[in-house]
Amino acid sequence: MKILVIEDDREAADYLVKAFAEAGHTAHVAGDGDSGFTLADTGEYDVMVVDRMLPRRDGLSVIAGLRSRGNDTPVLILSALGEVDDRVTGLRAGGDDYLTKPYAFSELLARIEVLNRRASAREAETIYRTGDLELDRLSHTVKRAGREITLQPREFRLLEYLMRHAGQVVTRTMLLENVWDYHFDPQTNVIDVHVSRLRGKIEKGFDRPILHTVRGAGYMLKAG
Amino acid sequence: MSLRLPAIMRTTAARLSALYLILFAICAVLLVFYMTSLSARMLAGQTMDTINEEVLGLDRFYRRGGLPALVRTIEQRSRQPGANLYLVADPNGRILTGNVESIEPGVLATQGWTTNSFAYQRYGEGTERRRADEETAQDEAQTPSGEHRHAAIALVWRLPNQMIVLVGRDLGEPERFRSVVRQSLMLSLGMMALGGLLIWYFVGRRALKRIDDVSQAGRRIMGGDLTGRLPITGAGDEFDRLSENLNVMLTRIAALNEGLKQVSDNIAHDLKTPLTRLRNRAEAALAGNPETKDYREALEGTIAESDRLIKVFNAILMISRLEAGQSSESLTPVDLSAAVRDVVELYEPVAEEEGVALDAAADTSPSTILGNRELIGQALSNVVDNAIKYSAGGSGKPAVRVSVERAADEIRLRVEDNGPGIPDEHDRERATERFVRLEQSRSQPGSGLGLSLAKAVMKFHGGRLDLLPGSPGLTVVMAFPQVREQ
Repeated sequence: MKILVIEDDREAADYLVKAFAEAGHTAHVAGDGDSGFTLADTGEYDVMVVDRMLPRRDGLSVIAGLRSRGNDTPVLILSALGEVDDRVTGLRAGGDDYLTKPYAFSELLARIEVLNRRASAREAETIYRTGDLELDRLSHTVKRAGREITLQPREFRLLEYLMRHAGQVVTRTMLLENVWDYHFDPQTNVIDVHVSRLRGKIEKGFDRPILHTVRGAGYMLKAG
Repeated sequence: MSLRLPAIMRTTAARLSALYLILFAICAVLLVFYMTSLSARMLAGQTMDTINEEVLGLDRFYRRGGLPALVRTIEQRSRQPGANLYLVADPNGRILTGNVESIEPGVLATQGWTTNSFAYQRYGEGTERRRADEETAQDEAQTPSGEHRHAAIALVWRLPNQMIVLVGRDLGEPERFRSVVRQSLMLSLGMMALGGLLIWYFVGRRALKRIDDVSQAGRRIMGGDLTGRLPITGAGDEFDRLSENLNVMLTRIAALNEGLKQVSDNIAHDLKTPLTRLRNRAEAALAGNPETKDYREALEGTIAESDRLIKVFNAILMISRLEAGQSSESLTPVDLSAAVRDVVELYEPVAEEEGVALDAAADTSPSTILGNRELIGQALSNVVDNAIKYSAGGSGKPAVRVSVERAADEIRLRVEDNGPGIPDEHDRERATERFVRLEQSRSQPGSGLGLSLAKAVMKFHGGRLDLLPGSPGLTVVMAFPQVREQ
């Protein structure tokens, strides 16, 4: 994956490039809004990570500028401002996701991979299949190895999200955001309990695990 | 006491007194002028009436006895003390008889009432002065209004034989009246100015002194002595009221300051412990073998500890932002019943795992308020989280019940548990303060910020968070003010 990082903090940017390289991605850095815009305008990146506060031209204006030129490269906004309004304005300006500093790299990486436009083509599919697990988005049915599994509505949405991003790491906050539409950190790890319930339903009675816990990051749905 | 006048001039009292003084003076002058001119006109009218009667009388004498009778009557009347002016002259204007010795030229040429007052001289009056007058005779002829002449008005008419008869009256009386009024006016204006100056001086000085006292006290307080208060004289005047209000403000500032100090102390204390743990863990890992499993675990522990710290910082930051009342534009209609359903659904598996019966009172009708869904969800989940944690330890099976209650002007979310509760009222009050963790909660994980955040969220929505004793357990009430749709 080719990633463009627009970040004026040299050290943070270098760390990101190194960390992305370790995860198998190529990352380029632009130190200010103007050069970031020029690089992004080439359209050769899969995902962009944009800091909100940049010299010369602020992050939101870069994103809005790109969107008005028809560039729809997925953007993750990084910000030190963490208020609800900031998230709303960021997403309204054309950002696709929003992460507040300080953040865990595993969280950033998981979100970037989910944002990757090559991987997000599953939106249009009506039936998700991962190994022997099958989810029909229209009839709201879930089957594993042909056997029907009954899920609560929320469990269905949880599984739907996991299956849409099968093979990718999905963090707890991503689940809370996308399945429950809440952006705060619950005091207790409520998500873990929901996931383990779901796991019980889709794995019990089957010999192979399909919902994996990724240590220090989140969960991943993967066959075999 | 050294008192600079310019300072006095700058006081409001002085400015007001000056303004009132000028206004009153203008009013007094206008009133006096109006009154004088009115009285003068009345006096003049009376004079003219008298003259008219006099003339009618003389006319009768003339008709009855001809010129000699007229002259005789005039001579008789002229001799009476305080008499009117009488004059008979030949057609050329030479004075034949009467009590007027000389008269302003041109007066005798008029017919009827003289249009303006004129100067004249009586017989006998000017005899001593005439000598002196001879030297300035020319002057006198041109300016007959010299000081020894009097002003008068008169009626002039011609007899059929062209003789001129004049009956007039001296204007000395109204003139004297005028000058008396003028003098008393000057006197009272002078006294008014003096009084104004005195009031100005005393009131201004008093005000200045009070203000100086207040600013001195203010300087002391600004110097860091927050226990200082502004002086109150007990007079109950506006200065006292101002000082009282400022004192209340100072008390509030001192309380806030104290609260801030406590919070920073708490932050320092509460963050020092995890930071020390973090440091020790990193140090121990550094001393160990990088290849072992322990090494990896130590690093993971370090990250987890940092994440906890970040969470605490985020919560602190959020509380202060909420308390500062920012981002009020993010308010949208929020259905509280839906929020309750969402949060209960979110916590249901956790509660089940903990063996707590969590249920929401069945209520599907929407209870909409203006608010921030995100913040309300967070606040409610903190409260529910707390309730689940502390519902154990009471009598019977732990249970948490969340319900929506509608009152006339507010919508209340009630979260009731059947745990041991917080029996002490003081403790209940303290429970929502930042970093306060009551004795019974020390063993439970948590930052001591959950309820503080919930309280800040409620305050942000113009509502309140109440901790009430349940039966048994604790009942947390989140009261949202009801919005009326226009």
